[in-house]
Amino acid sequence: MRAVCWEGTEKVQVETVPDPVILNPRDAIIKVTTTAICGSDLHLYNGYIPTMHKGDVLGHEFMGEVVEVGKENTRLRVGDRVVVPFTIACGRCYFCKEQLWSLCDNSNPNAWMAEKLYGYSGSGLFGYSHMYGGYPGGQAEYARVPFADIGPLKVPDTLTDEQVLFLSDIFPTGYMAAENCQIKPGDTVAVWGCGPVGQFAIKSAYLLGAERVIAIDRFAERLELASSQGAAETLNYEDVDVLDALRHMTFGQGPDACIDAVGLESHGTTIDAWYDRAKTSMYMATDRPHALRQAISACRKGGTVSIPGVYGGWLDKFPLGAAFAKGLTLKMGQTHMHKYMPALLERIERGEIDPSFIITHRIGLEDAPAMYRTFRDKYDACVKVVMKPGVATYE
Amino acid sequence: MDAEQIYDGRTSLSDAENWLALGSGALLLLVGVSRRSLVGALVAASSAPLLYRGITGRWPALGNGFTQPDSTKTALSGNRGVHVRESIRLEVPLPEVYGFWRRLEHLPRFMTHLDRVSERSDNTSHWVAVGPAGLAVEWDAEIINQVENKLIAWRSLPGSDVVTAGSVSFASVRAGRSTAVSVHLQYAPPAGKTGAFIASLFGREPSQTIREDLRRFKQLLEAGEIPRAATTA
Repeated sequence: MRAVCWEGTEKVQVETVPDPVILNPRDAIIKVTTTAICGSDLHLYNGYIPTMHKGDVLGHEFMGEVVEVGKENTRLRVGDRVVVPFTIACGRCYFCKEQLWSLCDNSNPNAWMAEKLYGYSGSGLFGYSHMYGGYPGGQAEYARVPFADIGPLKVPDTLTDEQVLFLSDIFPTGYMAAENCQIKPGDTVAVWGCGPVGQFAIKSAYLLGAERVIAIDRFAERLELASSQGAAETLNYEDVDVLDALRHMTFGQGPDACIDAVGLESHGTTIDAWYDRAKTSMYMATDRPHALRQAISACRKGGTVSIPGVYGGWLDKFPLGAAFAKGLTLKMGQTHMHKYMPALLERIERGEIDPSFIITHRIGLEDAPAMYRTFRDKYDACVKVVMKPGVATYE
Repeated sequence: MDAEQIYDGRTSLSDAENWLALGSGALLLLVGVSRRSLVGALVAASSAPLLYRGITGRWPALGNGFTQPDSTKTALSGNRGVHVRESIRLEVPLPEVYGFWRRLEHLPRFMTHLDRVSERSDNTSHWVAVGPAGLAVEWDAEIINQVENKLIAWRSLPGSDVVTAGSVSFASVRAGRSTAVSVHLQYAPPAGKTGAFIASLFGREPSQTIREDLRRFKQLLEAGEIPRAATTA
């Protein structure tokens, strides 16, 4: 089959690789009908995530049709149309039972690697380095899905692929980010980063009862989307002092909750952002947490900082003093996908949200390498790319 | 071609550590040599043990060439021998956990260095382990203590290639919602050719080996399978 493979930093190629086969009794094989490039794939593209190997199949946002099931998998049948969560979970360990699905104990075959780095390992992930299991991803014609009797969500034929695909990651991720804000009626939520996760965090914050959402970015098209689709007030951080602006907009109080939907490769215009850039370029620091620092500074006393953006290493100049002095709550982590998917599918079915609004680019699999660069550099007003592995080049 | 042939990727922990030692050793050597001073010479000299570890996979040590007696009593009593203690917690009822372990034939399903274990009627058992070169080591063991849903203890019989003893204890924890399994394993330190072979079975970090065994045990009992990823490279 053809698959999008990681070949090294800033090197992605479409290659012919062996078709996946059933390896374990609870597996299923999915013929991928639609997949997407995620902002977090760009961290792999840029070489920020360790333990990637040459030839690894990328992609963790995918859906498709079941073509084969393992002998213990009694829930799925050949022909079922499913969306696959990007976190892999067994459904039976302590963490799955506690609804902490992305922390599953039993789905990462390379747990020891993550344990060396983090103390304990989270769940396995599709196409996201060997530290997270080394599972081949879904930017391919076919994908093997472990524990497929518990993860994949069946979707009705009344909804299109583009309407349900983002249940695989970014919609639940934006939603959990907003839920972590513990929004009360009248609350103001500030969102750093108007990429796909930021857009879903904005929408979700309103769905969960926020009165105002303030969105921060520097790309006109992303701010426009946040305003037109998300009904957020917007701030371009290249034009205004964000901390000042947020203080004024909230009458000197600060936002009740702040969401960092940027993650470890933050761009910024202040001195700390240049410091991060210099240090990471010399391999003296692992992450560039500029947006996170600003979110912590901006947040009101006793507020919550929610972090859906991905971090991987040891943060430098992290303002824990500010977080402590203001009694902030910090909530973060990979999304507990299985907990959110069914309820969010219902919201789509009821017409409360149509996630396809963020799609700007549609391509075939062979176009993926060029599109990684376009998406990374935000050329051509690129916000979200979906791919159809069934067609070589999208028309 | 079957799945096993195509998908047989395993990353070795000790390989990673060897590379790490080799890398940091080389770095120290480089830094030391490039500074033509006494400090530089000392830094360069300090790379020696790291390089040794990187190349041989062992830390340099004083000789350990004496032969162990094959009785567990003399070789393993008190603080003698290598002791490994590891525990794991499962969301599986205690009797099921105990019952699975008590069938010693099950052990090779999660202890990767074991090829097979066969139980005899008299509380003794025959163990076969296969190492990297395909060489087999065999030994006999007997169960010396057994309390249902609490404890299983064993030791190797005199005359075996391997001098080892161990116990596994089971306890209900978290107000009966979970089961804890604790392993205490002892073996005589490597001596001679067989010893080196045994050492390779348990790995250079025996506690990590046992921890991985226990992890697979938990995965098998909780999730019903041991997770695997296909290699693509």
